[in-house]
Amino acid sequence: MRKGSIALAASATLVLCGAVAARPLTFSPPAEAVPAVLVDSEGEIVVNICSTCHSLEYIVTQPRGKGAQFWKDSVAKMINVYKAPIAPADADAIAAVLARKFG
Amino acid sequence: MTHIDRRRFVTAAGLSLAAASTRTIARSVDLPFGNGTRPLVRFPQKRELILLTSRPPQLETPFEVFDKGLITPNDAFFVRYHLSGLPQVIDPATFRLRIGGHVGQPLDLSLASLKRDFPVSEIVAVNQCSGNSRGFVEPRVGGGQLGNGAMGNARWRGVPLKALLDKAGVREGARQVTFNGLDNPPLDGIPDFVKALDIDHARDGEVLVAFQMNGQDLPFLNGYPLRLIVPGHYGTHWVKHLDEINVVDAQFDGYWMKTAYRIPDNDCNCLIPGQKPDKTKPIGRFNVRSFVTSHADGARVAAGRTAKLRGIAFAGGSNIARVLLSADDGQTWQEARLGEDLGRYSFREWQLGLALQKGEHRIMVRAETAAGETQPLEQRWQPAGYMRNVIETIRLEVA
Repeated sequence: MRKGSIALAASATLVLCGAVAARPLTFSPPAEAVPAVLVDSEGEIVVNICSTCHSLEYIVTQPRGKGAQFWKDSVAKMINVYKAPIAPADADAIAAVLARKFG
Repeated sequence: MTHIDRRRFVTAAGLSLAAASTRTIARSVDLPFGNGTRPLVRFPQKRELILLTSRPPQLETPFEVFDKGLITPNDAFFVRYHLSGLPQVIDPATFRLRIGGHVGQPLDLSLASLKRDFPVSEIVAVNQCSGNSRGFVEPRVGGGQLGNGAMGNARWRGVPLKALLDKAGVREGARQVTFNGLDNPPLDGIPDFVKALDIDHARDGEVLVAFQMNGQDLPFLNGYPLRLIVPGHYGTHWVKHLDEINVVDAQFDGYWMKTAYRIPDNDCNCLIPGQKPDKTKPIGRFNVRSFVTSHADGARVAAGRTAKLRGIAFAGGSNIARVLLSADDGQTWQEARLGEDLGRYSFREWQLGLALQKGEHRIMVRAETAAGETQPLEQRWQPAGYMRNVIETIRLEVA
């Protein structure tokens, strides 16, 4: 790995056990970065709950300035469509944090 | 480049936070839309690609790759998963492909049997994410904020799905065929990623169960050991790690067909921004697109010389008939020379020399298919940001 590549990639591994192709392939997921914008006390609930199912780039790469309803809808979709086990109070808190941070 | 210090890492398995070892310098790219800075990362079997998400992996091909050749190399090919329960180990010696449901004789095949006991064919075909280019959509919509790199063109080798279905014996009354892979939801209750094709489409002889991509085993992240190839159709149908094929005698109503990946069911497959569709249908074939690959937006070219432009065009199954360029905001168009024809599902190269005066120029590129489909001047809008195919424009600085 070249110098300058980020650590995130460094720990992703895929092992071909032996030289021939007809051997098992294993995949280990890479380590994940918590985006700096979520590394504070307010972001803790987002990090703890949302990253149960997915990495946090899903959140921080969304367009900014879509408004509080965008984030409320996003959290509601996770619960109603994807059956994320999030308590209503936590859902409200997450939507509020995301609206404050990302508008 | 961005300096990122105080970077913290979380492990996928346990979510344990640990301070990063030291400062790392992340190479990054700026996709040309708001909040478009992305790190470049290396995943197994992949060169440095643009990271959208790491769990599940979503990686985009840096656009300059498309100028290097019509075939997208395996290590540069984009990656898109929906659910984070990726298979951890795939053993080709014990892997089985099962074909069942509304058939006379269910099949349970090893990889060796699949490769040995059935006819094998090849096709060059573009795979493109439904949401390719979503980051450019205005007004912006939620979803994976991709540039133009969630597409690629490869030579796929495998067994026609028709041959497998014929062997299993599709029974009277079959309506659709469903496809499931080894990737799973991270939690119970989340709908598994299962897709369906109509029975006639599944038996058209072009849909493949591929075991090779560009002469090699499929990369893990592109669906090793088997992937469904649905030429001319958006990538959502191209199920990875394919291990289960079921013939059904009703319209399949799983979440990923009935609710997700739907488009407005009207003439333009589009809406006025903010509108909700009256009627929707599953996303299907690509619309026609074309790109300049030889020059990036804002590139400088020398005055007094012909600027040699080059690029790619592709569509959903009708041949590219013409590619046209305009240097005067669409008042006049010049026809480009088309390159090698690798088939109606492949990227098609185009080339055109343009003599340009000093100054800034806006160059528009537009493709037309043999069936007469062309690209719109104005972007068509969908709530999910699918199917962007507006005429692309780049700026050239001639000095």
